[in-house]
Amino acid sequence: MKLGKCLFGAVIGAALPLALASAPARAADVSTAKDGIALSNAYAGNTWRQQMLSVWDLASKQAIADGVIAKTKVVNADNSAPQQASQIGDLTLEGWKAIVIDAASPTALNGVIQQACSAHIVVVVFDSLATAPCAYQVVLNYVNWGTSEAEYVAKRLNGKGNVLEVRGVAGTSVDNDIHQGIVETFAKYPGIKLVGSVHGNWTQSIAQKEVAGILPTLPKVDAVVTQGGDGYGTFQAFKLAGRPTPLIIMGNRQDELALWKQLSDAPGGYETFSIGSPPGVSSIAFWVAQQILAGAQVPKIVNVPFVVVTAADLDAWLKVVPSGGVATGVYDQQWTQKLIAANLANTAPPPSPIPTRSP
Amino acid sequence: MSTQGARHHGSVLRVGLPAVALIVMLGAIFTMQPRATSYFGLTVLLNFTLPAIFAAMAQMAVITVGDIDLGIGPFLSLVNCIAATLLAGHPLLGWLSLAALVGAYALMGALIHVRRLPSIVVTLGASFVWLGLALLVLPNPGGAPPSWLPALLSWKPPLLPLPVLASILLAICGELLLMHTSYGVVLRGIGGNPRAVAHTGWSLLAGRMVLYAVAGACGVVAGLALTGLNTAGDATVGTQYTLVSIAAVIVGGGEFVGGIVTPVGTVIGAWIMLLAGSLLSFLNISTDWQLSVQGGILIIVLGLRALNRWSGA
Repeated sequence: MKLGKCLFGAVIGAALPLALASAPARAADVSTAKDGIALSNAYAGNTWRQQMLSVWDLASKQAIADGVIAKTKVVNADNSAPQQASQIGDLTLEGWKAIVIDAASPTALNGVIQQACSAHIVVVVFDSLATAPCAYQVVLNYVNWGTSEAEYVAKRLNGKGNVLEVRGVAGTSVDNDIHQGIVETFAKYPGIKLVGSVHGNWTQSIAQKEVAGILPTLPKVDAVVTQGGDGYGTFQAFKLAGRPTPLIIMGNRQDELALWKQLSDAPGGYETFSIGSPPGVSSIAFWVAQQILAGAQVPKIVNVPFVVVTAADLDAWLKVVPSGGVATGVYDQQWTQKLIAANLANTAPPPSPIPTRSP
Repeated sequence: MSTQGARHHGSVLRVGLPAVALIVMLGAIFTMQPRATSYFGLTVLLNFTLPAIFAAMAQMAVITVGDIDLGIGPFLSLVNCIAATLLAGHPLLGWLSLAALVGAYALMGALIHVRRLPSIVVTLGASFVWLGLALLVLPNPGGAPPSWLPALLSWKPPLLPLPVLASILLAICGELLLMHTSYGVVLRGIGGNPRAVAHTGWSLLAGRMVLYAVAGACGVVAGLALTGLNTAGDATVGTQYTLVSIAAVIVGGGEFVGGIVTPVGTVIGAWIMLLAGSLLSFLNISTDWQLSVQGGILIIVLGLRALNRWSGA
């Protein structure tokens, strides 16, 4: 009967989240113990997504054990937007209080997301976003990724040197954003020269092949900026070409961190910087949904920081990153509350915690 | 006389079995999820049958002549991209290009007939043409359809939700045109016994072109329906409709040999294929099984049919 009424409440449903966002700060005091939060995931066929799902599992099972929420459910689509849309329709009918979505398409789910919002369901999108205005977005700003690694390189090279750029899959927004951050940052350092650029497609073997191909045409390379999943292959290409190992930015993959460890233990040492997007962002999205249900003030866009591995934490991370996996935190409710507060106050987000066991 | 009686009996079974299966599925869904019985619930549950029934009808038109269309999924994507860009910005150009697509389908039918090419190869090749054109029209997901399209798709007719109403109307229209007109008999004859049709003076070429044009038109309607539901364009959105449409025709009682199809059964088949996913969800069975179940239904139906034929012979 409630759902029937929602039919006529489409406008109210769309306006409700906006009202929540613009209301003055409120404590999260509504109990969510009887609520359920479901995850609709577009695709489960790679290691990043598998890790993302297992972190969701950890976070949601813990929340159920602690009595914070009542139940959860995960549905996967085969990278097909209409299938995911049907599944979100089913979740709407099943009466979940919140639906968290890793979307198959930025646009194709908007209709069905609007329908869920009209039924007074809280919708949170993360990772691959959907643009429906009624949904909350948990966002990784990839321009910042490019800025952070470029700043680190500029500092290490004292503002002067030759840099090779290994990019991701051409035409994707992630590749464009990281590239933009790198180019904008280096524009501030006239001594830094981008001497070459290849597309490593976030894959070690492709990165190795592409870097090996361009190396003979390059002068001395002082540093390589990367996008993750390509640092190990880049190192192999330099090694096989008999060139000295430059400063290579790593991307939090297990093989890259292990390589860093191996190089730093060798005589002469090695210091670099590793950055990546955490698959554990699913647990942040989970807690954001829970906080909205609990009545907390949450901005429509929650920016999530990347995981940065420094020399000091390298050993601790290596213990918990599974082989073939990526470094990620399993984020809890308190951490997410701090993140939301930082987003509201426009201050720096809390640092990513190092998990105690492998997610 | 007796053969005709047996034939009639066969066609009743043909539609009867999937109809019974659908009723059982709906019964199970309504028992488990009473929310689905309301007008709003039915709309949410069945919304995505709209593109599926038209895609299935397009596939049925092609299967009628004993061909198969492997390009219908990407064709829906192309229509989706045109509807989310040209149709809103330049309505005239948009409608003209959609009409041109229907023409392209008719020409594809002519090509297959005149050059005696296997349809499986031509339509597979065409699928890449559709995908390429879709990416040209809309390289990145986005765009917006003209406002009347989402409004039409969220129209709430009295008594019956839109997906139910459209399914019933489509089934009746298809049944009347293909099964109860003399030209419908000719069209089915092209798939079943082309030599006999040619003998009576009907053009096989024209017949095939008509059926392919119908397929193109149904594909355009399916793509528009998909756009109205998604409210945006995406060049890869239609991919799964190739499998769903073929499965719907076969589950609904059609046969690959040509000449043997049923419009009512096809609509029922499309519903079965889509509701299978919802049923799994309500049963709390992992969605990882969904594709396997859809494929499994297809194999079971074909297996039962083979068994039936074998015991009947």
